Amino acid sequence: MLQSSRAPEQYNMLWLQAGSCGGCTMAALEQGAAGWFAELEAFGIHVLWHPSLSEETGEDARDILASVLDGRQRLDLLCVEGSILRGPNGTGLFNKLAGTGRTMLDWVRDLAPLAAYCVAVGSCAAFGGIPAGAPDPTEACGLQYDATFPGGALPDDYRSRNGLPVINISGCAPHPGWIMETLAALRMGEFGVEDLDSFGRPRFYAKTLAHHGCERNEYYEFKASAEKFSDLGCMMEHLGCKATQAVGDCNQRGWNGGGSCTHGGFSCVACTSPGFEDAREFLRTPKIGGIPVGLPTDMPKAWFIALAALSKSATPKRVKQNSTSDRVVVSPRPAKGPSV
Amino acid sequence: MTETIVGPFNRVEGDLEVGLDIVDGRVESARVTTTLYRGFEQLLVGRAAMDALVIAPRICGICSVSQSVAAAAALRALSGVTAAPNGLIATNIAHAAENVADHLTHFYLFFMPDFARAEYAARPWFEPVARRFRAISGEAMGEVLPARKRWLEVMGVIAGKWPHSLAFQPGGVTRAIDLGERVRLLALIDEFRVFVERGLFGAPLEEILSLESLDELEAYAASSSGDFAAFLRLSRDLGLDRLGHGPGAFLSFGAYHGPDGSLFPAGRLDQGESLPLETSDIGEDVARAWFRASAKHPSESETSPIADKRGGYSWAKAPRLGGKPAEVGAVARQLVAGHPLISDLVRRAGGAGVRVRIVARVLEIAQLAHAMVGWTRALRLKEPFNVDVPRPDDGRGAGLVEAARGALGHWMAVRDKKIARHQIIAPTTWNFSPRDAEGRPGPLETALAGLDVGERGAKAAIIQHVVRSFDPCMVCTAH
Repeated sequence: MLQSSRAPEQYNMLWLQAGSCGGCTMAALEQGAAGWFAELEAFGIHVLWHPSLSEETGEDARDILASVLDGRQRLDLLCVEGSILRGPNGTGLFNKLAGTGRTMLDWVRDLAPLAAYCVAVGSCAAFGGIPAGAPDPTEACGLQYDATFPGGALPDDYRSRNGLPVINISGCAPHPGWIMETLAALRMGEFGVEDLDSFGRPRFYAKTLAHHGCERNEYYEFKASAEKFSDLGCMMEHLGCKATQAVGDCNQRGWNGGGSCTHGGFSCVACTSPGFEDAREFLRTPKIGGIPVGLPTDMPKAWFIALAALSKSATPKRVKQNSTSDRVVVSPRPAKGPSV
Repeated sequence: MTETIVGPFNRVEGDLEVGLDIVDGRVESARVTTTLYRGFEQLLVGRAAMDALVIAPRICGICSVSQSVAAAAALRALSGVTAAPNGLIATNIAHAAENVADHLTHFYLFFMPDFARAEYAARPWFEPVARRFRAISGEAMGEVLPARKRWLEVMGVIAGKWPHSLAFQPGGVTRAIDLGERVRLLALIDEFRVFVERGLFGAPLEEILSLESLDELEAYAASSSGDFAAFLRLSRDLGLDRLGHGPGAFLSFGAYHGPDGSLFPAGRLDQGESLPLETSDIGEDVARAWFRASAKHPSESETSPIADKRGGYSWAKAPRLGGKPAEVGAVARQLVAGHPLISDLVRRAGGAGVRVRIVARVLEIAQLAHAMVGWTRALRLKEPFNVDVPRPDDGRGAGLVEAARGALGHWMAVRDKKIARHQIIAPTTWNFSPRDAEGRPGPLETALAGLDVGERGAKAAIIQHVVRSFDPCMVCTAH
């Protein structure tokens, strides 16, 4: 039935969950004004099987996987969500695909060479993510990276059938748009190696820092810092915010109708970055001699310190007072003189 | 007698394997295997205490707010601080939003698609049900996914994003709500009310909230064109009330703890008898789980995996209350709270089975949409939403909450500012536990035993219904 009912031009997406929390699927389900399924259909992407969504279960699901392995079904998009668990001792036994007696490590290694494109959905599948944090009890890694190091469950030189390395939609969880726009761009044949950054992340969302467009921008400019959570000020100096060091258009597109981490009042933990899980004291800024250790990416340290000192001395009273309050206590004063 | 392995068992949030001994078309016994272990309890040890707020929610992508709220509650307990009342209320609004989204996702995406299976093609209700609920392509998907997306905008207001937020802190929430946002929240909740009244209930919320007996429920089912009514009618045809009865013991930690008490009380029931809940009676047995034995109570136990342990068959430990398994979830919450409709359904069916588990969840959608309006109005916008909590040096504390799927507990110990122990018992750890040292099966293992599966054997749809009626979250189960 599987062979006969599937026209050759059908564009098949197979989605697997490895050492996953399922949150990337939950995020994907937030995509699209008409719903994610409608959007997949609009772009001509057929869900061959998805563990959270498909009707087929047990033996029927195993048949679908077998049909991919033996070539009866063409595999276009292989999406993997979750870390690949190599433990204990390289056996992969911390994560078997139920009913198959085989580890996800083996399944991924068998399926990835068959896929036109292999997509790591989320930071776990991309780089290892939270399960890979020290002491890394499950020997977790990403598909083609182990934190910042090339080579994960698949070797560094892995290329999918269409010649791309694993596409890493990092984020914990990624924005729904990052997921769908990547899948659709692949489907449209408009996605090439030049669209990936140095960690295999789609540049369309990874080309700026998460800080870009942050609504706390004015506080950042004047180094008017929040001292505790719920304060309005910039969270970089004291509360561990890494938005100036992590990629993402997080503050340029809304999350859940207009949110973002910094909008929600809490620090960016750099969830799009490989190895983000190994930070210690996520919610406090490490400092040496009172100066934050992690300064903005690309910015010369001496300049940052000089500019910070200068802008602190020029901070308007309004910005300073609001920065340590949970609501605006001083409003902007109208300019003196005739209005324009 | 040969064991048939069912897996990958999908639409369960994560992966699941069920082993069934089937003799003459009847399930003699079942073995429930959790196939994934990610080591969160090991990952948390040694970290700064507050880092639990980053790590713990990532246990689960579908109930991350529940995990956050439990971790924040444990930190609050061990710090001995009192949260800002607004913070607790805002937390409840976001937590209820997540739980409602989960119930909706379960009903439409995980549970109902099984009634579109070809096995049911001859049933009189099949055509419209299959058209509406078929996995991925059913017409309801085009209504439910946009509504769910819109509903989760509640998170954009309170939690920054969903899943995985850091908004929920021991002292409250990280963001003060202003007047405009109160209005936005109320508008979102009311938009959702209109959606569920039209599609899910086919009736006003008040009508659902006033149902007190099986007879009233049947009358509603006969008169409404809602999706819930369609479920009730096919449930009657298939006898889903008699399927999948669990152990008859129920546990709830109580839910939506606010400044003035909780919306759902904590408690336990055993074979109809209401008993006081002593959390010191909780213990995790690892006789058949792939872990080394340690102390049983989660405030003392350790998590140390052994993948090749003899006799082991699951990465889930076996939580027991007073040595016995217990079922958790919406039905347990409602029974402990003494809800007349749910109590009547359990009494009339002689136990809690597939039907009442679904009804309890869908009822809760109505209850929470109603409660959220009250909470949103109760926010005192001129008062703080968070109090600063100093980093804890030493202490022990438990955070006991209810996730959508039932009782969720975090037991934390902090020494020298670092996490010395962080043990978690998730709802599906209770429901899908393996056997214990005494050989007592977990609730799903009990619910599957005795099922008449006929010639279809392990492929019979009723197995799917029983398993999914618990709304399992397998990623939480072993974590």
